[in-house]
Amino acid sequence: MTATMLSLASEGEPVIDYASTGFLIVCASLVLLMTTPALALFYGGMSRAKSVLNMMMMSFGAMGIVGILYVLFGYSMSFGPNDIGGIIANPFDKFGLKDTAGLINPFGYDGYGNIPELAFVGFQLTFAVITVALISGAIADRVKFSTWMVFSAIWVTLAYFPVAHMVWGGGLLSGSESGLSAKIFGSTDGVANVLPIDFAGGTVVHINAGMAGLVLALVIGKRLGFGQVAMRPHNVPLVMIGAGLLWFGWFGFNAGSELAPDGTAALVWINTTVATCAAMLGWLLVEKLRDGHATSIGAASGVVAGLVAITPACGALSPVGSIVLGVVAGGLSAMAVGLKFRFGFDDSLDVVGVHLVAGLWGTIGAGLLSTSTGLLYGGGIKQTVIQIVIALVAVIVSGVMTTAIALALKTTMGWRITEDAEVSGIDQREHAESAYDLNDRGGRIGSGILAGLTQRSAEPVTEGASA
Amino acid sequence: MKLITAIIKPHQLEDVKVALEAYGVNGMTISEASGYGRQRGHSEVYRGAEYTVDFVPKVRLEVLVEDMDASSVVDVIVKSAQTGRIGDGKVWTVPVDDVARVRTGERGSDAL
Repeated sequence: MTATMLSLASEGEPVIDYASTGFLIVCASLVLLMTTPALALFYGGMSRAKSVLNMMMMSFGAMGIVGILYVLFGYSMSFGPNDIGGIIANPFDKFGLKDTAGLINPFGYDGYGNIPELAFVGFQLTFAVITVALISGAIADRVKFSTWMVFSAIWVTLAYFPVAHMVWGGGLLSGSESGLSAKIFGSTDGVANVLPIDFAGGTVVHINAGMAGLVLALVIGKRLGFGQVAMRPHNVPLVMIGAGLLWFGWFGFNAGSELAPDGTAALVWINTTVATCAAMLGWLLVEKLRDGHATSIGAASGVVAGLVAITPACGALSPVGSIVLGVVAGGLSAMAVGLKFRFGFDDSLDVVGVHLVAGLWGTIGAGLLSTSTGLLYGGGIKQTVIQIVIALVAVIVSGVMTTAIALALKTTMGWRITEDAEVSGIDQREHAESAYDLNDRGGRIGSGILAGLTQRSAEPVTEGASA
Repeated sequence: MKLITAIIKPHQLEDVKVALEAYGVNGMTISEASGYGRQRGHSEVYRGAEYTVDFVPKVRLEVLVEDMDASSVVDVIVKSAQTGRIGDGKVWTVPVDDVARVRTGERGSDAL
C-alpha cells in the first residue's frame, strides 16, 4: 500500500473495477475471520479452563468497539485528506464516513483498479480490529473487562490510527516527501528515494501490538503464581484450529493488501505460504534440539510467527527469500518466548515473543531480502537502514502511547480483578459463566428473567433446571 | 460385607469389568481419579516451559461383595488389571456395616 492510494479516480466517468472490488470485499471478510473466531480460539485454547471465555471475549469486545470507532473517526484519522504533522489526519474530514461514496484508485492508473472507497474502508477496519485484539494475549486471566473495553477505545485512537496514518496514510513513516525516509535519503518528484517497505502491517499491526503487549504486561503485573504454578494451555486442539484459521484469514490480510487480484497478489500468496511453512519447521527444530520434542503448540506458534514476519515483506521478496525469512522468524520466536521467564514479566500468551520479535525481524528482514533494494541482493544498506528506522519509530510511538494510557487507566478505573476473583477464575467472576459444564449436576433457577418461572413451577421437575 | 476399592489404569477398565462379570459380580461404580505412586508423573513442555504433571489419570473402581467373595474378587481384579509395568495401581478391602438398596429399601446382603 502506498500514499498514492487515495488519489481519486481519473477525470471523466470513472469505471469500477469489479474484480478488484470483489477481491477486496472477500479479503476484508477473511481478515475479520482472523479475529473472530481465529485469534479468540488461538488465545482461548492457550489460556486456562477457568479463563477461556474472558480471553475470547477480549477479542469479541475489541471487535465491537473498534468496528464502530473506525467508521466514526478512525478512517478519517488514518486516511483523511488533511495530514497534521505527519502524525494523524483530521478526524472530522470523513467523520462517520462522510464523502466516501465514490471510487478511489490505489494505483493511479487510468481505467484500471478503481474500487469503491467503502471497500477500502472495510478492509482497513478489519486491520484495526485485529491489532487491538492481539494485545489481549499479554494480559490473560487478570484484567477487568470494563478496563479492557475502555483501553481498546483509547489505544486504537491514540496508537493505532496514528501509526496507520504514518505508514499508509502518507505520514512520517511513508514514502511521502515529508516522511522520515525522504528526510534521510532525499526525495525525487515528491517521492522518497528509498521507499519504506511495510506491505501489510509489520509496523502498524505487529510491532505496534507487540510493544503494547509488553507495556501492559509490565504495568498490570504478573498473574498470581506466575513462574511458580503450572499454567498450561487447557485445550491444544482449539489452539491448532485457531492457528489454521489465522493462516487462512492471513491470505486476505497479505494478498488483500495489494488491493487488486494481480501478479503481486499471487506472489504474496505464495510468499505467505512458504514463509509460514518454513517458520513452523524452524520453531519445531529449535524445540527438538532444545527440549527434545516437537510440540503441537510449537507448530501453531511457528505458523503465527511466520505469518507475522512475512506480513511487511510479502510483496518485496522472492519465494526463496521468504523461506529464509520464515525459518529465521520461527527459530527466533521459539527462543524469544523464554525471555519473559528470564526477565520476569508475565506476557501470558507471548505477544512479545511472537508478534514483537517476528514483527521486528520481518520489517528489518525485508530490508535485507527485498529483491529490488535488499542488502543481500546488492541493493546496498539504505533500505535496511530505513526499515530499522520505521521499526524503531513504531516501537517508540507504541511504547510511549501505551504507557501513558495504561498508567492513566491504572490510577482511574484500575486494571486488576480482585485476588479472590483471579483464583476462582475470571470467567465466573467477570462474566458469570463457565466455559464447560462437564458434570451436569443441575442447579436451581435463580433471579433475572427466570424469576417469574420460579413462582409458577412449584410442582417437581424431573429434568435438570435447564429443562 | 466388604467394599473393594481398586485404582487401576483407565485402559484396563474394560478387561477388569469383563473379568468381574464372568466371576459373577453384578454391579460396580467407577469414577475418574488422578494420582501417583511409585510411578510418579510425567513432564510436558509448552513453548519451552516444562511442567511436571505428578497426578496421572486413573480409574477408581468400587465393588460391594459378600465377605466370602472378597479375596477372590481382589484376585480377579489384580489379574485382569495387571500389565506388569509401573503404574498398574492398587486394590484394598474394607469392612462395611450396612448396605441399603434405594429403590426397595432392602438391607444387608439382600441389597447387594
